Amino acid sequence: MKILMPVCAFSILLSPGVGAATIAMEDQSQIKVPVPAEHITYFQPPQQSELPDNAYGKMVMDGYALFVDTKRQAPQFVGNGLNCTNCHLDQGRLANSAPLWGAYPMYPAYRKKNDKVNTFAERLQGCFQFSMNGGKPPAADSREITALSTYAYWLSTKAPVGVELPGRGYPDVSEPKGGYNLVRGAAVYKDQCAICHGDNGQGQKAGDDYVMPPLWGKESYNWGAGMHRINTAASFIKHNMPLGKPNSLSDEQAWDVAAYVNTHERPQDPRLVEGSVEKTRLKYHANDGVNVYGQTVNGVLIGQGVQ
Amino acid sequence: MIPLNRTLLSSVMLLVFSNVQAQPNIYLQGGAQPGATACVACHGADGMGLAPAGFPRLAGISADYLSKQLHDFQSGKRVSPVMQPLAKALTDQEITSVTGTIAAMPAPAVPAINRSRMPASLGETLALRGAWDRQIPECVSCHGPGGVGVGSAFPPLANQPALYLTAQLNAWRDGTRKNDPNDLMGHIAKAMTEDEIKAVADYFATVGHKEVTP
Repeated sequence: MKILMPVCAFSILLSPGVGAATIAMEDQSQIKVPVPAEHITYFQPPQQSELPDNAYGKMVMDGYALFVDTKRQAPQFVGNGLNCTNCHLDQGRLANSAPLWGAYPMYPAYRKKNDKVNTFAERLQGCFQFSMNGGKPPAADSREITALSTYAYWLSTKAPVGVELPGRGYPDVSEPKGGYNLVRGAAVYKDQCAICHGDNGQGQKAGDDYVMPPLWGKESYNWGAGMHRINTAASFIKHNMPLGKPNSLSDEQAWDVAAYVNTHERPQDPRLVEGSVEKTRLKYHANDGVNVYGQTVNGVLIGQGVQ
Repeated sequence: MIPLNRTLLSSVMLLVFSNVQAQPNIYLQGGAQPGATACVACHGADGMGLAPAGFPRLAGISADYLSKQLHDFQSGKRVSPVMQPLAKALTDQEITSVTGTIAAMPAPAVPAINRSRMPASLGETLALRGAWDRQIPECVSCHGPGGVGVGSAFPPLANQPALYLTAQLNAWRDGTRKNDPNDLMGHIAKAMTEDEIKAVADYFATVGHKEVTP
């Protein structure tokens, strides 16, 4: 214990520095996404075989590599065990899995909430700071942001600009009438999720690299990431989980298990206001979908963060 | 410190030694009951199987995974005319022992082929990209980079004989193998074509022989 103490003190000293990184896109609140009509034909992104053999093709592939292998390709900007493609399946191509072709053409985006226009580069920086818990994000003109933007641009080839395409985001799954239930959620998790993500949400590795992503704890997304919202996680889960078995859970199961996952601790919201969970809740979480940040669940204050 | 370490070390060694003394090596000698043939006969001294016959590689596979398979052979949840009677001739204790032995056998080196690599064949495309238009995930998203295997539920594909992988995928596809948790593999195999099964089996059978390009 005595040996551990200075380490703890050191990380506590460090944490304000990490939290103090400039937040490129402060507003991480949700976008509303209607459920697409059945038997719809989704936008089809181009194939890699169509890429030209020049600097553009190479840049697209560089962005692709960053997208599917983020932790290893950009270790200085990834503070947890996640890769972009963990939440954007099929390399950012899959409809209802927040495909890049559904997002890229919607930027620059105006957000009424803070009366601000955000660029796609800032959106990507937000992903690094929140979903990847990466601290200071890559600069807007960095190799990483340029390559990822080029990859997203290429996936959006022939997509209309400023049009909300069906299949974008994670289509909303409305909250069950009786609300969510954490006990039922734990049971769904045990039956359907633990085999890949582990009994304690810790994910699974092969060697040093995560194969199945950690869902909570210090190696997962932080309290500022969009996925921390129960409604967003429920939508993602319903349309994408278990892997390869979309829509196999009921709406209620998706909500229950999303709530179970998102009532576990994870790294602190880097927008932490004056070191106060309550002030941070009021400013960023109180009006952002369904989430438990700053609330007391089963006698425990949620949102204290883990390091 | 030193005397304590030495004491610990010698007791550990004694423990290991007495274990070896107490239990016969079932992998090499077979079980006590008739019919519990020695594994080495088909799976080889190095546990790498026999590719031309389609006998699978066992070396280095998770003891929990192997134990589940042997118990499934016992109960009929997994079907194999060769393995079922053999597994039935093993006691639970023997299963624990032999799966521990096999898990400790050195696994072949598997190149950490990552998803960022450009696939060069149909098999590699399925392995690294999947076929999401049919909800087929990348094989490596569960079985790990290069198909090295992950945890106790996702066995290695790397260095398994192509014949074995093809037979298993076909068994998942026609429903004769269904001992996977939550039908995770069954529904994928059912979405695959015959050509894809052959291609992906060939890919993983030889993936360990490929040069690693960063």
